[in-house]
Amino acid sequence: MDSDLIVQILFAAVKTGTPLLFIALGEVICEKSGVLNLGQEGMMLMGAVVGFLAAYGTGSAGLGVLAAMIMGCVMSLIFAVLVLHLGANQVATGLALTIFGTGLSAFIGSGVVGQTIQGFQPIAIPLLSDIPFIGKILFSHDILVYSSFAMTFALMFVVNKTRIGLTLKAVGENPHAANAIGIKVLRVRYLAVMFGGVMAGISGAYMSLVYTPMWVENMTAGRGWIALALVVFASWRVGRIMLGAYLFGLASIMHLVLQGLGWSISPNLLAMLPYVATVAVMVIISADKFKEKLLAPRALGKPFDPRQMA
Amino acid sequence: MKLKSLLVSLGLLAGASIAQAEEPLKVGFVYVGPVGDLGWSYEHDMGRKGLEEYFGDKVKTTYVENVPEGADAERVITQLAKAGNDLIFTTSFGFMNPTVKVAKRFPKVKFEHATGYKLDKNLGTYVLRTYEGRYISGVTAGMMTKTNTIGYIGSFPIPEVIRDINAAYMGAKSVNPDVKMKIVWANTWYDPGKETDAANALMDQGVDVMLQHTDSPAPLIAAEKRGLRAIGQASDQSKFAPNAHIFSVRDNWAPYYIKEVQAVMDGTWKSQDFWGGFHDDMLTLASINPNLPKDVRAKIDATLAAIKSGEFKPFTGPIKDNKGNVAVPANHSLTDQELAQVNWYVEGITDEIPH
Repeated sequence: MDSDLIVQILFAAVKTGTPLLFIALGEVICEKSGVLNLGQEGMMLMGAVVGFLAAYGTGSAGLGVLAAMIMGCVMSLIFAVLVLHLGANQVATGLALTIFGTGLSAFIGSGVVGQTIQGFQPIAIPLLSDIPFIGKILFSHDILVYSSFAMTFALMFVVNKTRIGLTLKAVGENPHAANAIGIKVLRVRYLAVMFGGVMAGISGAYMSLVYTPMWVENMTAGRGWIALALVVFASWRVGRIMLGAYLFGLASIMHLVLQGLGWSISPNLLAMLPYVATVAVMVIISADKFKEKLLAPRALGKPFDPRQMA
Repeated sequence: MKLKSLLVSLGLLAGASIAQAEEPLKVGFVYVGPVGDLGWSYEHDMGRKGLEEYFGDKVKTTYVENVPEGADAERVITQLAKAGNDLIFTTSFGFMNPTVKVAKRFPKVKFEHATGYKLDKNLGTYVLRTYEGRYISGVTAGMMTKTNTIGYIGSFPIPEVIRDINAAYMGAKSVNPDVKMKIVWANTWYDPGKETDAANALMDQGVDVMLQHTDSPAPLIAAEKRGLRAIGQASDQSKFAPNAHIFSVRDNWAPYYIKEVQAVMDGTWKSQDFWGGFHDDMLTLASINPNLPKDVRAKIDATLAAIKSGEFKPFTGPIKDNKGNVAVPANHSLTDQELAQVNWYVEGITDEIPH
């Protein structure tokens, strides 16, 4: 393997990891507030189709992303009303949202199947993209990839260093205690779920506007589910999600690259790697010593009713 | 008494035949992908629409798309049989065992399974000679490649795909003795993202002309972005990549579906293993890029004509496999039955078939 090829592979890993990064960032915020949204795949597909429709109609990929964000947000609001307001089961509602989004996206997108658009073009960042090795891998992408970098660092700061981050974690760890000190638990959760929806929308738009600039049914092909695994893999840490997204991206292209080089490793075995890694992390973080430090938000998946005392 | 019962049964018969004349023939279709895949399932659905257009009110078609290969397929096929369909087409290799099972349970319903090899009294198979198109694709890729490296995106290592890889390689080799072929298995029929990854992995490694055995136009789009070339699969995919697109080998199912439905209506349907290709107009070369070099275009036309007339058959011996054994003896062309069981790579392909 020469160095050019390695650069190409890592470049592709960043690209493949970017939709996972977006959607997993949204999901981790949602889960940190104590809400498990399994509707990622459905929100992502709706984002993809609406983003494509808007970009196709207006000719502007930027408007496409905006429309996808709004759509993702609307989808997440449906979820939020059902689970937060009406107290529906989070797992069942999330699954329903995925099925709903898959079907509805296929329906509203049927008219533009087979159309193509001009997606975002890559922009090499001056100076930075000239750095050997790193420049090509990180700084010769399109604007959405750069936004994902910015978003990761912004979230790391917000979650770890600000009052907003503390509030979010308080709500996810112990909503009753948070409620007792005057935090509006449901409002925080609403906002977190909506943020998750917006990010899922961008992730979908990345698929239909950048990754493969077209709309075809079910084009996200399970990436929403991989993102859920990724959140666990990253043990709910924002920084690790970025690392994990690129690792997952790398793992998902590695078997293709190795086959081209003539290595006779079973592609199935390699395609399995991200999931094996997730299971391994689950096992490690479930070991008692780390449990307190690393495990999921304690109130994850549990409904909160402000009228009811803990 | 006798007269009365005779009259009654005559009346019943008349009634029955009237009912039959009014009742349209119900035909069910099971697709592995979405009808919007613009590849394999899309073309089957075009075939279904062709059927409706041809017969009008005399047929009633139903389809179920996006059916996973496995236990779900059996459930879907059973439902279609229970819903009173007279003829059911299951259109992916992985539907073979479910179709066999359901066919046993519904002996009065007729089944046809695409690309398989298991037959029964009420179960026939139909196969496209996609290897013919793949051979022409190989010839073209062999002439067009500047790096002498062509790529092949495989779906699953089943006989149909392995056969086509061999055909493509033999085609390329026949015009370019130095050509190499890189094969990657995407392990999916349809996942635009994964297909893009596979295409990029190939192009990163020096491939400049790609063939694909997966169903979305994503590899063509990836090739277009890099200014390289690719050949479309199953349906006309030219609009996705006006420059990269060399041609598409298009599947054309309508003639076959019309023929089979007519046979059921006439009561002449019988289980058979049908193979159709360019000769039967079930394969066509769609949207051949007008900017191809003249010699390439001439070679495409000549190869197509030779295959169409039956004068040339790609799997004609002597052919060795890549372990040095004789795969096809001299002066023998593989029969359809032998074609269905190709599980070896031809000499010159350095990879091994994954298990």
